[in-house]
Amino acid sequence: MEITYLEAIRQALWEEMDRDDQVFMLGQDIGVYGGAFKVTKGFLEKFGPERVIDTPLSESAIVGAAIGAALMGMRPVVEMQFADFISCAFDQVVNMAAKQHYRLGEPVPLVIRAPYGGGIHAGPYHSQSPEAWFFHVAGLKLVAPSTPRDAKGLLKAAIRDPNPVIYFEHKYLYRHIKGEVADGDDLVPIGKAEVKRPGSSVSVITYGAMVQQSLGAAEKLMPEGIDLEVVDLRTLQPLDMTTILASVEKTGRAMVVHEAPKTGGIGGDIAARLAEEAFHYLDAPILRVAAPHTPFPFSPVLEASYLPNADKIALKARELANF
Amino acid sequence: MRVGSRQDATAHYSAVERFPRYTMNIEIIMPQMGESVAEGTVVTWLKKVGQRVAKDEPLVAITTDKVDVEIPSPGAGVVSKILVHEGRAAPVGAVLAYISELAVAEEASAGGPIAAMASNITQAMPAVGSPGPRPEAWYSPSVLHLAEEHGVDLSQVRGTGPERRVTRKDILDFIGKEPSVTAASPRGDPQTSGPAVEDQIFPISHLRRTIAENMVRSKQTAPHVTQIHEVDVTRIAGYRETNKKAFSERTGINLTFLPFVVKATVDALQAHPLLNASYAHEGIVVRKAVNIGLAVALEDGLIVPVLRDADKKNFLTLAKESAHLAARAREKRLNPEEVQKGTFTVNNLGAFGALIGTPIIVQPQVGILGFGKVVKRPVVIDDTIAIRSMAYLCLSYDHRLIDGAYAGAFLNRVQANLEGFDVSIVE
Repeated sequence: MEITYLEAIRQALWEEMDRDDQVFMLGQDIGVYGGAFKVTKGFLEKFGPERVIDTPLSESAIVGAAIGAALMGMRPVVEMQFADFISCAFDQVVNMAAKQHYRLGEPVPLVIRAPYGGGIHAGPYHSQSPEAWFFHVAGLKLVAPSTPRDAKGLLKAAIRDPNPVIYFEHKYLYRHIKGEVADGDDLVPIGKAEVKRPGSSVSVITYGAMVQQSLGAAEKLMPEGIDLEVVDLRTLQPLDMTTILASVEKTGRAMVVHEAPKTGGIGGDIAARLAEEAFHYLDAPILRVAAPHTPFPFSPVLEASYLPNADKIALKARELANF
Repeated sequence: MRVGSRQDATAHYSAVERFPRYTMNIEIIMPQMGESVAEGTVVTWLKKVGQRVAKDEPLVAITTDKVDVEIPSPGAGVVSKILVHEGRAAPVGAVLAYISELAVAEEASAGGPIAAMASNITQAMPAVGSPGPRPEAWYSPSVLHLAEEHGVDLSQVRGTGPERRVTRKDILDFIGKEPSVTAASPRGDPQTSGPAVEDQIFPISHLRRTIAENMVRSKQTAPHVTQIHEVDVTRIAGYRETNKKAFSERTGINLTFLPFVVKATVDALQAHPLLNASYAHEGIVVRKAVNIGLAVALEDGLIVPVLRDADKKNFLTLAKESAHLAARAREKRLNPEEVQKGTFTVNNLGAFGALIGTPIIVQPQVGILGFGKVVKRPVVIDDTIAIRSMAYLCLSYDHRLIDGAYAGAFLNRVQANLEGFDVSIVE
């Protein structure tokens, strides 16, 4: 059945709560109010206040409590109302959740849902893409689905994973895309990228909302005989270098596209790894298409200018194809 | 390398010089000319690819249904690529061409600020040589790697990239292989054509690579058509059965079907000389000599030794020479000239049990005749069923030169020669 990205997330949560009573949720306004985006509407009525917990406005306390529960064998799913506010819980995430297994030998099966990304006219505090802050930290897994199927399959895989997983769900995609999703368990393995569109001219390595934009760029370039291969990372940490390298070895030309700022972004790391591991296959410089090194703008005009889109991707991909 | 040595300075110089050659291109865009105009047509490129253009110099003439204009160049450089050619239309905003910013060497001769830099270096290192040497051709890591892997002389490869750079595609085209084959990754991944972890990888022998390249080249060069005739070889089979012992005792070689087929083919080629020819740049080359290639299977491949002047040889000589050539081929003792100058090829498909095959032409020939296995079959003759020794004649030909009717006439002749076998040709 075709469902929205948001509905896919809701189904994954519902089915996992139903399957395993160790799974429970914490977050701001997730119970009575049903969540800022209504992802958890109806959960309180079904699963009760012990498993759907409305918390105070303290991200550090929420994640800290969830880590404690996870160490005791529970499977907490934390909702950050907006990924932007995860910085309030930064120490709990990077120093506690990420390192307890290494320090104590006790796994921390924790999922943090982080609604991220722009394109919704929400300004600098409700639009950011903060995945690079966590990409640097050993001990965390990061996933960022681009389709309803991946959204459902990756959330289920994240909840069943024994490690702390930050689940980046893109707010723009919530109600903007629909797709086929299988009933029940159709897990998407963490650590596996997927070629969303095979092509021969240029490898476009991307994730999240930029997958759709890259596919759009591919359509625009088709008439020019430029055939983009779109690699959807799906998991950012650990990176699926096997799939990335296979694609670049095929095309000889690579660009990385993400919505987060270019400076210090994940694209830089992927470009460096391609230079290290696929040097002999490269026929052109590795390009990046990403947001500029500025705060996320509030003005809709500036927002449109700030975000990468199909046109901007097509422009750079054409340069690369013609190199 | 020590800092300050001559080589070091040279390396530094070429790096300085090379970098700007590959800065990104300036785009030439179809301009908006009037509010309702959605597209324009390129009338004339006033500068061609490779030509220099100054900033604001007229570059391209455009016509729309409202205006005709000459568009000035937005920057100085060399026209590196034209995307929309003369007579073609393009929407407003489309990229029409690229201009590469001027290379440093050219700036240097024009006496720009970088020329001053270059001359400073030259003065500091007087032994380096004349100022402003042309940088060598630039190759990407991928191109260098492929060239080394396949033993390609890069100066022989035609570049189609900006400033005629040899791109990865150019070298893959040159080698005549698909990217997926050459870029096969040693990393296991079921999604790609590369080998999986448990697969074994063997080096490709010189012979195997030569065969592969020849086959691909032939298929890419000639549109192949294979036409198949059935032939009744009962008379030859009967003769062979009766005489093979005596023949072998007399000549020391086995009496096979092959020399009969070669003899029949040579006659048919003389009657249909366009199949003893080449489709070449200078025209249709009809060969005077009739040199028959004979495909011989080897343990690790195949080779095609050539029976020279087959039209001037009698049956016994053809039989002896083809047997000797095949034996020498299997022992890998052929001389280079023994595999050259073939004008048509015969392939004994039946040797390994095939009834029918679609052989690939040996370039630059235009035909190859496969001869299938001889088997006894019930055949209708004059409304009665007879047991006959039958085989298939499979002719692949180059459709650029040969058409179906001509090929059919040739096959009819071969067929008639074999079916009307007369013992006089043998003696």
